[in-house]
This record gives sequence, structure tokens and C-alpha cells, in this order.
Amino acid sequence: MKDKYVIEAEGLTKQFGAFTATDHISFRVHEGEIFGFLGANGAGKTTAMRMLCGLSRPSAGWATVAGYDVCRQAEDVKKHIGYMSQKFALYDDLTVFENLRLFGGIYGMSAKTIREKAERLLGELGLAAERDALVASLPLGWKQKLAFSLSIFHDPKIVFLDEPTGGVDPITRRQFWELIYRASDRGITVFVTTHYMDEAEYCDRVSIMVDGKIEALDTPANLKRDFGVATMYDVFLALARRAKRTSD
Amino acid sequence: MKKQFLSFLRKEFYHIFRDKRTMLILLVMPIVLMILFGFAITTEVKDSRVAILDLSKDEVTAQLRERIAASRYFSITAGEDNISALEASLRGGKIDVAVVFGEQFASELRRGGRPSVQILVDGTEPNQAAIRTGYMQQVLAAHLHTLTEGRGVSPFPGITPVVRTLYNPQGKSEYNFVPAVIGLVLMLICVMMTSIAIVREKEAGTMEVLLASPLPPLCIVLAKLVPYFAISCLNLTTILVLSVTMLHIPIAGSLPGFIAVSLLYILVALFLGLFISTVVRSQLAAMLLSLLVIIPTIYLSGILFPVESMPVALQCVSVIVPTRWYVDIARRLMIQGVELRYVWRETLVLLLMAGVLLGVSWKKFKIRLE
Amino acid sequence: MDIITVSKLRKSYRKGQVQALRGLNFTVDEGEIYGLIGPDGAGKTTLFRIMATLLLPDEGTVSVDGLDVVRDYKAIRRRIGYMPGRFSLYQDLSVEENLSFFASIFHTSIEENYDLVKDIYGQIEPFKTRKAGKLSGGMKQKLALSCALIHAPRVLILDEPTTGVDPVSRKEFWEMLKRLRLQHGITIIVSTPYMDEAGQCDHIALMQDGEFLRLDTPSGIVGAYTDTLWAVQADDMHRLLDDLRACPEVLTAFSFGEAFHVTVREEARMQELAAYLAGLGHRRVEVTPIQATVEDCFMSLMKKSDEG
Repeated sequence: MKDKYVIEAEGLTKQFGAFTATDHISFRVHEGEIFGFLGANGAGKTTAMRMLCGLSRPSAGWATVAGYDVCRQAEDVKKHIGYMSQKFALYDDLTVFENLRLFGGIYGMSAKTIREKAERLLGELGLAAERDALVASLPLGWKQKLAFSLSIFHDPKIVFLDEPTGGVDPITRRQFWELIYRASDRGITVFVTTHYMDEAEYCDRVSIMVDGKIEALDTPANLKRDFGVATMYDVFLALARRAKRTSD
Repeated sequence: MKKQFLSFLRKEFYHIFRDKRTMLILLVMPIVLMILFGFAITTEVKDSRVAILDLSKDEVTAQLRERIAASRYFSITAGEDNISALEASLRGGKIDVAVVFGEQFASELRRGGRPSVQILVDGTEPNQAAIRTGYMQQVLAAHLHTLTEGRGVSPFPGITPVVRTLYNPQGKSEYNFVPAVIGLVLMLICVMMTSIAIVREKEAGTMEVLLASPLPPLCIVLAKLVPYFAISCLNLTTILVLSVTMLHIPIAGSLPGFIAVSLLYILVALFLGLFISTVVRSQLAAMLLSLLVIIPTIYLSGILFPVESMPVALQCVSVIVPTRWYVDIARRLMIQGVELRYVWRETLVLLLMAGVLLGVSWKKFKIRLE
Repeated sequence: MDIITVSKLRKSYRKGQVQALRGLNFTVDEGEIYGLIGPDGAGKTTLFRIMATLLLPDEGTVSVDGLDVVRDYKAIRRRIGYMPGRFSLYQDLSVEENLSFFASIFHTSIEENYDLVKDIYGQIEPFKTRKAGKLSGGMKQKLALSCALIHAPRVLILDEPTTGVDPVSRKEFWEMLKRLRLQHGITIIVSTPYMDEAGQCDHIALMQDGEFLRLDTPSGIVGAYTDTLWAVQADDMHRLLDDLRACPEVLTAFSFGEAFHVTVREEARMQELAAYLAGLGHRRVEVTPIQATVEDCFMSLMKKSDEG
């Protein structure tokens, strides 16, 4: 299983005029892995993630996600990934079930499958009673958990999470990570960005981007050993201090 | 206060000048609208294509043919030699009007009898057809009139329509549209752009910072209104210059009077924009609400349809539409050339609207969030 | 000397349907950094807007620098520097134009108070002609702080200035705040959802659902933690969590970086837990006693407030 890759990127580059947002990054992500994608603001994470999701064409290099080429098969890539960002997650003016039905429909699931999966999911999350409640009325923590469940509702090979836990209370944040573990145990690969350095420790492997390049990529334990520091926070600090770039 | 205000004002102009789309709407749209209304959307029918079938073939019909060709309404595109060919061109859309002079046209005319002329028109668009027929009759009648003058013979005995068009003797439709374009453009700019400019600060969160500063609310409001007032004045000038130079429409009445009323109208529209900005929170809502105001304005202000021919209920509604009053005043000042004192009632209505809108907006403008 | 006094403060939205603040009492000393720590939806922004005279309290009183937020709002607006949650800058104005605009609305200029912002503005000054919309998160944050500071306010009210900003920029930001307090004696009240920033403040209030869970110095809060807290590690962390939760001795188990922080019954023994886990087949089990962090305290207080 360990030599099966869900993401392969080779020399992936994105240029905006004279500015190289993502500068020849190469890495591989194993199936079922929780892969932490760290970097300072403006290091090029968002650009890289957009290319991997088939939303933006690389200027140079190539990448495959779930076995599809992000350039030539962008639509296939989109079908086989899940995505959750902090900004856009759920429609506030739809009910919990309507949101599930909408996303299931987008990925071409049948009404019957959607209903069955929705009931099971809501049971697992303890949200069965809120099935017909408007999402707007749910507490923030529940919304985040629901949004994550939604992003893997269609059983994607890989899910991209862009700062999924920003502003969430500490208990919900941990429950959220437990959902991530569970998804990973089911074989879904998790690609996650975060500004919480304790969350970097929860990842199987972590990459740290500085000025458009991947400067470090290893397990948290190895990174800490290599840098001779006690926490991922210190690893990040040591690397990010090398940054020259000041803008997005 | 003065320095605060000036610096705020400068910032507002930066916002406007740095946004290409805003600039486009503010400065190019009025010109485009003028050109559209002036040339494209006009109730006049120009350059209708005419074919003539002349079975008489003499001096009189040759003169008539020249007369038709000289008219700005017609251009002769073809001459046909039989009626079926003529009908085919008409049906094929190659010509708009066909004129057939009968065989005995000239001799009938000389005898003082009833010379027969047939006018065939493409009736696909009934309005245009009617206008074309009318124009053609006028052209023919005018020429025959000069011919028979002094001989005491009427070319169309029994029907001698005497049409006198007041104020707009050439039947130019641009005359009616210029005040309407001014009314519409100023409405768009003042209402929509002003409300969006204010609401944008709410959306960006900068309004929060402004409110938490010692900046007086009056300063915020004034600084938001002044740039759009200035741009509206610029647009007013552009439209007037265009209408005089490009469309050759003279301003018949007093120019200062017309400008004074226009400035009042700009104020009404600005205050309406201000009012909208106090009731909405997002730029999208500001835009939708502005459109909700502007679209009925187009129909209810007499721009497209005369207010007098609307159902009574709609006429009543149109009373609250500022543009209706402005277009009314503007038409009378610009085209009829009446003096300001003849439109004092309408002006008073606008003044009242300005006062009410300003008062309500001022009361609704919040010194806090919520 | 108290520079901010809040007493019995209540605020609700939608005609009382949403209780944003449920009776808050606290005071802020002149010249200190006071931190409000809590997740989104705790009521931090509502509280800050009331202090910034932008919202009216339903009940209770708030005074800033001896002035009442309702009655004397105009005077307060001259004395505070307020930075709302999102960096409220004009994206289409340059760095310098933004700062100079905010200076002018406070009747001052960049030159007049340059000393005050030199430390912060100096870092972004090389980019002063760049549009604010084209700045990175860290730079926007510095510009927004400069704008809030340019009129030499007595109190800085900063609503979540570090949210969404990377750890390095956050660290720099706190260092700037500390220098401001030290060099200019400005009182700073700041909110954050990041628990690890609590230690940077002189006093903190832990906030959840419109209420304070606890108010104290960071060390006071940590010192008041009474539960027995252990860090537990093993090879298979995913399975370890389930097993820990199933263990009758264990009260709570949460991930904390590379280990789990576990609270246990008083009579529990470390060796017994280690042996128990080893018995379930876990390899390289490590159990060590640890000092609670503010985040541990917050979670424990959250649980207690849920139960109470």
C-alpha cells in the first residue's frame, strides 16, 4: 500500500508574470496518508493547492491526482476529490439534508443512495434530530464537522482541506481531527493546510513551503530530529525565517 | 473638519479613478446612451429603400422620382419594369417601399383628373409602414402642389391634409430623447453609483473604522456625494454639448434655467442613492434596490410612453417618480422654449422630493452599527 | 488604575433570541495587554464593538478611559484605536495613502506621529506605493495596526488581529504589541481564537458562549487547574485514542501535538495505565505527568460549564 501514490507532482510551477508563486515543487502523497501542507502566508500553498484540484493550469511541470493528469483531465480530477475551505462550506439557507442532497446530486449520486448515506452520516455525527434544520441555526462547530462530512460524502480518493479548523473551539477542533483520522482509516487520503502547529503533529507527513519551494518534507518526528527542536512550531519558525518574500 | 473632509474627498476620487468599470459607467455610458437614442433607437424612419415602377415615363414622373431621391427619408435602390418583379423585391426584403405610377399618370394630371399612384409598403412592422406611407404621401403631395399651384387644380381633390408640426417641424425624435437620456443617466449614476459607494464601506468593514473615529457623519455623507455630483455635472455638460453638436438640437429656452433645474434633479437623485445606502448592507442589495427604482422610472417617467396615455392608476404612481417631473420640465425648457416661471409647479415637486429624501436619509444614517 | 470597566454587560440580537453577551464584568489596568480568548461565536466581536462605541449595550455599563460608551461616545472615539476583525483597509489605495487617510481623519499626519508607528510601519514602508489589496496577510496586519495607531490612542482595541495569519507573522505581531506597551504605555485589549497566544498577555479572559469561563493572569489560570493530567504516546496513535477513551480510569483524552493529554481519576496510577495499554498490544507506550496549558484549562472549563 505504501508505494501507491494518490498525488504525484513533478516540477510543478505556477508563474504570474515575473512572479513565481509555486517554484518547481515535487512530492508524492501515499494512499490513505494525512499529508500536512504548511507554509507562511504567501508561500504559495493556495496556488499549489488550486493546481492540484484542477482549478488552475500549471505553467510548467506536471501532477497527477487520483491517477488523473491535472492539466489534461481536470474534470476527472474534480470528480475524484473532495474539497473544504474555511470560507465556503455549506449553504446557510438550506437545511442539513438539502445540503447533503445537493452535493450528492452534484457528484451524480442517486436519490436513494443519497438518502441512505445521509441517514447513516447524520446518525454518526449525532445530527439526526437536526436533519431538517437550517444550517444557519447550527453552532459553528457542528457546521465545520458537517462541512467535512460533506466533502467526503461522495467517497473521494482524496480530500483537500484548506485551514478547516480556523476559529473553532479547542474541543471541536480535536473532534474534527478525529473525523479526519476516521476518514484516513477508511483509506481516504487527506491533504490539509493549517496555521495550528499542534495539528502539524497529527499528520503522517508534513511539507513546509518557503517562498514557493518545498523546503522540508518528512514525518513530524524526523523533522524535529533533523532540526534538533522539540516541536513542529520550532521547525516551522526555523524554516519560515529563511523567507525573503513579503507578498502573496 | 476641512482637512478631514478634503482628505476624504481625495480618497473618494481615488476609488473612482482607479476602478475601470466605474469610470466606464460614469463617463462612457452617457455618451453611448446619447448615440443609441440619437441614432439607433429613433421613431423616425430614415433611408427607406424605394423602388419605382414608372409606366408613365414622362417629365412629371421623372421630377417626382428626383424629388423622392432627394428626400432624406428615401433612397431609390432600383427601378423595376413590371409589377411582379416589384412585388418579389418587396417580399424578399430588398426594398421597403414601392411606388407605381400608372400609364396615364401624366396625361390624367394634365387633364386635371385623378392621376393614379400606387404605394406598396412592407407591412411587417405596421408602425414603420404607416410612417413610410405618410412620408411618401407628403413628398408626392408637396411636389404636385407646386406643379398645380396657380392652375387652381388640386392633385388629390377632396383630401388635402394640412399637417403642421409644432416645436419639432422636422419631426426629429431626438428632441424628445435628449431630456429623457439626461434624466436616465443622472438617475443611474447618482442613485446606483452613490448607494454602492457608501455600502462598499460597510461591506469592506471600513465603515466600522470610520464610525469608531471622530469623523463627523456629515463629513462621510458629503464626501460620498460630492464626487458624484461633480461627475453628474460633467455628464450633463457632455450630453448638452453632444446634443447641440452631434444631433443639432438647439436649446430653445433659457440655458441657466435648464441647468438650475438639472442640478436640483441631480440632488434629488443623490439623496435617493443616500437613502438606499441607509437601508441595505451589501453592494448587491444596493444595486438591486437601485434597479428596482430605475426600471419603473424608465416606464413611468414618460421617456418611452407619454404619461398622458397611461392608465390612471399608473399616472398616479408616476407622481412619485422624480424623473417624470424632470423630463417634463426639461422638454418644455429645452424644446418649447418656455420660461422658468411656467414650470414652477414641477420644480417645486422636485424641491419637495429632495427635502424629504434628505431628511429621511439623515434620520436613518447611523452613528453606530445597527 | 482601571482604564476600561465593564459591569453587568448584556447584549442580545434578534429581539433577545440570540444572547451574545450574558452579563460580563471585568476591568483592564492602564498599560497592560488584556487578552480575550475564545472561539468564533463566543461574543468577542460584540464586546469589542460595544467598547468601540459601535454598538449599544442592552444592559450594564462600559467605560473607557473614564468615559461612558453611550453618553460620551464622541470623546471616546478620539481616544481609541480600533481594528476590526477583518483588516479594514482600502484595497485600492496604496499603503501610504491608507495610513495618511486614517491619520487625517484623526486630525493628524504620518509625520506627526511617525515615532509611534516607526517600529511597525517601518517594516512595510519599502512597499508604500503598493496597493493594500496586493499585500500578504502579515503585511496587511501591520498596515492595519499602523492605521489604528497613527493618532496615538490611549487604548488599542484589536479584534482578532492574528486570525488566519501564519505562526511566524503572529509571533512578530505579539512582539510589536509588547514593544508598544513597553515604549509608549498604550493599553491594548486584544482577542484571539489561538489559545497558545494567551501567554503573551498580562491578563486573560477565557470566553465561551457570551460568558467568561475564567479571568486571571495566564499563570493564575494554569495554576488553578486541579485535574491530574498526563501525556500519553504510543506507536499507533489512532487506535490509542479509542483505547484511552474506553479505559475506566480515564476521564478525558484529547490530542495535543504529538501526544494525547489525558485526565484521569484521582486514584489512577501512571504505571497501571501504561501496563493496561501495553496489555492491549500497544508498543512503546509513554505516560508522563505534565503541566496544563491554557488550552487544557479552557477545555476543562468548557466541560464544566456544559455540565453545570
